Amino acid sequence: MTPQLSWYLALSAVLFTIGVVGVMLKRNVISMFMCIELMLNAVNLTFVAFSSFFRDVTGQLFVFIVMTVAAAEAAVGLGIIIAIFRTRESLDVDDASTLKL
Amino acid sequence: MVNNNLLSLIIFAPLAGAAINWLVGRRLRDERFIGIVACGSVAVSTVIAFYLAFKSDGALRATQPIMDHLWTWIKVGSFRADFGLALDRLSGIYALFVTFVGLLIHIFATGYMHDDSGYYRFFAYLNLFMFAMLTLVLADNFLLMFVGWEGVGLCSYLLIGYYIDKEEAAPAAKKAFIANRVGDWGFVLGILLLFWLTSKAGAPSISFFDKAGLSSALATIGKLPVDAFTWHAFFAGGITSVAILLFIGATGKSAQIPLFVWLPDAMAGPTPVSALIHAATMVTAGVYMVVRCAAIFTHAPAAMFVVAIIGAATALFAATIGLAQNDIKKVLAYSTISQLGYMFLACGVGAFIAAIFHVMTHAFFKAQLFLGSGSVIHGMHHEQDMRRMGNLRKYMPITWLTMCAGWLAICGVPIWAGFFSKDEILWKVWSAGTSNLPGGAAKALWFVGAVTALLTAVYMTRLMVMTFWGQERFGGGHAEASQDQAEHDGHSSPTPHESPLSMTIPLIVLAVLSTVGGLVGVPYALSSLTGGHPQNYFEEALSPAVSHAPSSGIGENSAPEVNWQTPPPEPVDGKPAFAPISEPVETHDPHEINQERLLALISVTIALIGIGIGWFMFQRQPLMHMPRLLENKYYVDEIYDTTVINPIHVTSREGLWQIFDLGVIDGIIHTIGGAVVKFGRTIRYMQIGFVRGYAAIILAGALIIIGYFAYAGANVLKVIVK
Repeated sequence: MTPQLSWYLALSAVLFTIGVVGVMLKRNVISMFMCIELMLNAVNLTFVAFSSFFRDVTGQLFVFIVMTVAAAEAAVGLGIIIAIFRTRESLDVDDASTLKL
Repeated sequence: MVNNNLLSLIIFAPLAGAAINWLVGRRLRDERFIGIVACGSVAVSTVIAFYLAFKSDGALRATQPIMDHLWTWIKVGSFRADFGLALDRLSGIYALFVTFVGLLIHIFATGYMHDDSGYYRFFAYLNLFMFAMLTLVLADNFLLMFVGWEGVGLCSYLLIGYYIDKEEAAPAAKKAFIANRVGDWGFVLGILLLFWLTSKAGAPSISFFDKAGLSSALATIGKLPVDAFTWHAFFAGGITSVAILLFIGATGKSAQIPLFVWLPDAMAGPTPVSALIHAATMVTAGVYMVVRCAAIFTHAPAAMFVVAIIGAATALFAATIGLAQNDIKKVLAYSTISQLGYMFLACGVGAFIAAIFHVMTHAFFKAQLFLGSGSVIHGMHHEQDMRRMGNLRKYMPITWLTMCAGWLAICGVPIWAGFFSKDEILWKVWSAGTSNLPGGAAKALWFVGAVTALLTAVYMTRLMVMTFWGQERFGGGHAEASQDQAEHDGHSSPTPHESPLSMTIPLIVLAVLSTVGGLVGVPYALSSLTGGHPQNYFEEALSPAVSHAPSSGIGENSAPEVNWQTPPPEPVDGKPAFAPISEPVETHDPHEINQERLLALISVTIALIGIGIGWFMFQRQPLMHMPRLLENKYYVDEIYDTTVINPIHVTSREGLWQIFDLGVIDGIIHTIGGAVVKFGRTIRYMQIGFVRGYAAIILAGALIIIGYFAYAGANVLKVIVK
């Protein structure tokens, strides 16, 4: 029984939903961050699956771009997290709420 | 057309002087340096003006004007205005006396303004004024003339308000400026309407002269038929309307009824300013403009009639006020208004040359009188009230003698300059043709002019008697006066003194000019009496420039022969009509000459009677009380206050400010602003401040978009499947 395209897509959808739910529910910045990464990689999985399905290399190229962006985002995001931690001594996002009027 | 680039130096030398005094003089604060720069720059203009006017092919000898086209200033469609200068016979005479009298007054001012903290400022303004005035005079089109017109208005404003610590100076300056704005409104509309008329006639132009690719507006107007003498013509938008609008401009600048109120107040400025701007040059700009536009006015007999009436009325009106003033400068101010009325009276009956002649002699003797009064004020330690003067001839002999020349000139005593010009005006008014005046009007106008001449002699004699003869009323003479004076300036030595040389020399020069300056324009009827040279140089020099449209090569040939001077002389009321000015030498009808001599005799008698009345009335009682109505200037200022200024104030404050500005404009703005604030206040709750909230919003947005596409895609699929 060879893996079907739909299997990969289902896995990807599950991973993405876990990521979304994690972002919505978690309070810890690091956890939220990891969930975001999870969403990105779910999308990557979709790309790769379609690429192999259509025998087209474009999808794999997009994966590289997504990984690059994710790396940059990780660098910036971790920097922000460190800055927040230094000023607030906390990793709880609900503590960083001074934007509220 | 002769080109000569020197012409532009006439206007730019004073401009350079102003710039140097403003930029360098204010740092150096060296009176000698500032005085030399100011007088030197005007001297350059004077020399060039004289050279260009009198050289062998100069402006006063040649028939073609000397032109200097600097650049084309505005060119839009068929409208073209150049920055170009022109020196023809008319502007030549103006340029000569403006620069020369201006130079003398600059020299006088170096003495008068001695030790003033704003020395550099004063001379910078004064030079700037010369620049503007010469631009006005030398401009070769209406628009550039308007630039000079506004420039002199600005400088007049700056110089009236020169004494910034004087309480009455700032309102006086403002008044002058605003009264002039009313006139300028007419002037600008006149120019626009003129352009429209010439466009309709097929040669759109606002130029005074024919130039390459541009024909003279005046010549174009000269080819049109003469407007009818009806009241309707004023509003018909034809030549009469142009003439009336231009004349409104002239009433503002030249202080005629109804806009004359600013000139007496303008005496708040320094006396050399009063002499230069408010007596000799700027206020005669209106006369210049009317004479320059002679072609327009001669085609608008109804407008001419209005000019004559306004001129005569102003002459009489101002002369009566002048009788009752006690401030020496106020008397001279009203006298100026009255003499300007004379000039417009001359313009109104078509005697444009006589008007310009009077402008010139008036520049001499009125500048002389003003400078003389300045010398008196200077010698009296800034006392201007004639009631506190008296017997000054003992202390200021030069001022006294020179002012006598100005006095005799303005009264119209023979030999002195004013006699010839005033007599010529009265004669031209008396003999004005019937084509532009309703029957009998000429004689009535002459009568008004003669009465004015009498009043002029009376009030000028009063001024002289109160100032130079009688008892000394300064110092301890009057208890009240001395107390007042001590309060006034606290000077330890109230003894008057003669002024320094820099002030007396211009006085002497101007006194000589007031004495002999009229001899250039002696009419034939008088010069033939003495068997002298029977030539009227002045009239000869000017007539080609004025009696027809200037540069009227075209105008002369093809103009319909219907303007005011062309009907041949024919007897009117048993008296011969006047000779056409265009050919002054040929028609010396002996009967007419006798009449002119008789009239001259009458004006001499009038002058002598006036002097006699003044002498005997005021010698005995120099402090005689004059009628209150006259002393209060017929309450004209009060009438204007209640009828014009207060209503405007009230409408502005209650209507425009309270209702329109605060209600409508502010209302609209506040409503818009309030709505924006309210909207922001409502939607600011979207900014909850929690990161997960924002994430939820993003998710919701993404779901909406994806949902939309999914829905739309499903529909498309349905269509395809069908």
